[in-house]
Amino acid sequence: MLKIEAILQPSKLDAVKDALLEAGIEGMTILEARGHGRQKGHTEFYRGREYTVDLLPKVKIEIVINDDLKEKAIQAITSAARTGRIGDGKIFVSRIDEAIRIRNDERGESAL
Amino acid sequence: MPFRRLRLFLLAVACGLPTLCLAQSSAATTSSQAPATQAQIAALQQSVQSAQMSADNAWMLVSAALVLLMTGPGLALFYGGLVRRKNILGTMMQSFAMMGLVTILWAIAGYSLAFGHGNLFIGGFEHLFLRGVGLTPNPDYAATIPEQTYMVYQLMFAIITPALITGAFAERMKFSAMAAFLSLWSLFVYSPMAHMVWGVGGLLNANGGHIPSLDFAGGTVVHVTSGVSALVTALYLGKRLGYPHTNMPPHSMVLSFIGACLLWVGWFGFNAGSALNSGPLATSAFINTHFAAAAAALGWTIAEWIHNGKPTALGAISGAVAGLVAITPASGFVQPFAALFIGLVAGAFCSFMVFEVKSRLRYDDSLDAFGVHGAGGTLGALLTGLFATRAINAAFGKDVPTGAIDGHWGQILNQAAGVAIAWGISIVGTLVLLFLVDKVIGLRLSPEDEMAGLDLSQHGEEGYDLNS
Repeated sequence: MLKIEAILQPSKLDAVKDALLEAGIEGMTILEARGHGRQKGHTEFYRGREYTVDLLPKVKIEIVINDDLKEKAIQAITSAARTGRIGDGKIFVSRIDEAIRIRNDERGESAL
Repeated sequence: MPFRRLRLFLLAVACGLPTLCLAQSSAATTSSQAPATQAQIAALQQSVQSAQMSADNAWMLVSAALVLLMTGPGLALFYGGLVRRKNILGTMMQSFAMMGLVTILWAIAGYSLAFGHGNLFIGGFEHLFLRGVGLTPNPDYAATIPEQTYMVYQLMFAIITPALITGAFAERMKFSAMAAFLSLWSLFVYSPMAHMVWGVGGLLNANGGHIPSLDFAGGTVVHVTSGVSALVTALYLGKRLGYPHTNMPPHSMVLSFIGACLLWVGWFGFNAGSALNSGPLATSAFINTHFAAAAAALGWTIAEWIHNGKPTALGAISGAVAGLVAITPASGFVQPFAALFIGLVAGAFCSFMVFEVKSRLRYDDSLDAFGVHGAGGTLGALLTGLFATRAINAAFGKDVPTGAIDGHWGQILNQAAGVAIAWGISIVGTLVLLFLVDKVIGLRLSPEDEMAGLDLSQHGEEGYDLNS
């Protein structure tokens, strides 16, 4: 089992969600987040004062999938979220030891 | 022949009597007709007066409500949106507290100290507890509305003035200290200033004061006093923790936007209502108010566009408020194009005060109460002396020139004297009251409370509980 965490531009959330559903991935968790990578921030002006906003709003999608869905999922996310500019986000993949469905104690891949 | 003479006499009497009677009865008819006509005229006058009172009173009650709308929710939203999220309720409560506290103080003593006869500087005690303030007009102030209407209308001004100061010490004063300071301020700074400018026998009263100063709706009484006191308070209290290194951007421009638009609408009651009747002068003030707000929004926006490269929403609404402030003293004295000019200058000038002067001098007037109200009020009061014309309002008499534009250049000096007195009483009064309240209660929040925010530390609530 793998966990895929993708940090995205908030405006790309719907497109990515649809692409994942199309790829057969049904469960997901969405977190509203703030952060920055190389994009740094932007400046805002309030009554002549300049504010540097370096933590920008992002969304983070977390999905846990069978190993064989990995490339399909990555493909779905990158194609839906890419604009080609700095700030498009990142995907992290990590291994998951166990999954448990709370409703009926199912374990492993059948719990996904 | 005595009998014959007698008969002749009787005949004469008999003939004469009816004539006499006739004469008498016709005299009686005229005299009974005359009172009827006079009574009719009197009744007519009575109904004309009562119609006028109804018309004027309707407008003045609406105006009073509009001026209250400026404080809550207008100013509360405007200021509330500009602070950080943790301080929204505390900031709104400061305005709301004035709606409660100043009302009570006004009924007990404030109205009397402002509009009682008193001396040059402060009103007397004859209206303590509103004694003698009834439903008949007080011709000293407004001959066609009940004095209670005048009293409650003026009360709304007394409420918003201290509420304006709260912008300068936002996010860092104790609620208790704020309540004590602004209550005292209302009695010892606002009431005397209102008396000097508007009260019978006041030093600066345009009708018969020693220095006849023109202030239609409170440029000096409301905006200079609150703005200058705001500056003094910001300096006395010091900066917010982390200012200016930490980002403290407004948490909701949307709230501020709604607040500013409510201020704009409410200001029609503030300025046009200051005609104290619903006649043509109210129209003049209404239009000037609107024109100045529009021009000042433009003035600030252009200045900001040049200065920072972008026309911001906050700039546009701040400019509108600056224009409304600047036109306040002039609204019932100037022509519409003078109002446009005053607005345009005020927008640019106040943005300069906020962009440049504040950052150079490094005081933390958090929400720019001084930059907008102090600076805009001072500018407006001086420009009133320049543009006031008897064509709009023969304030000093039909054939007497009013402002410089009529040829009376000395009026600018009178205006300057009014402004100087407003600055003086505000600086001295505010310093003394801050010192007293600081000694007795302590003005400033502890650093922990300031970090936690006014909402939690002062009120035990949160403005936005997104988990409930």
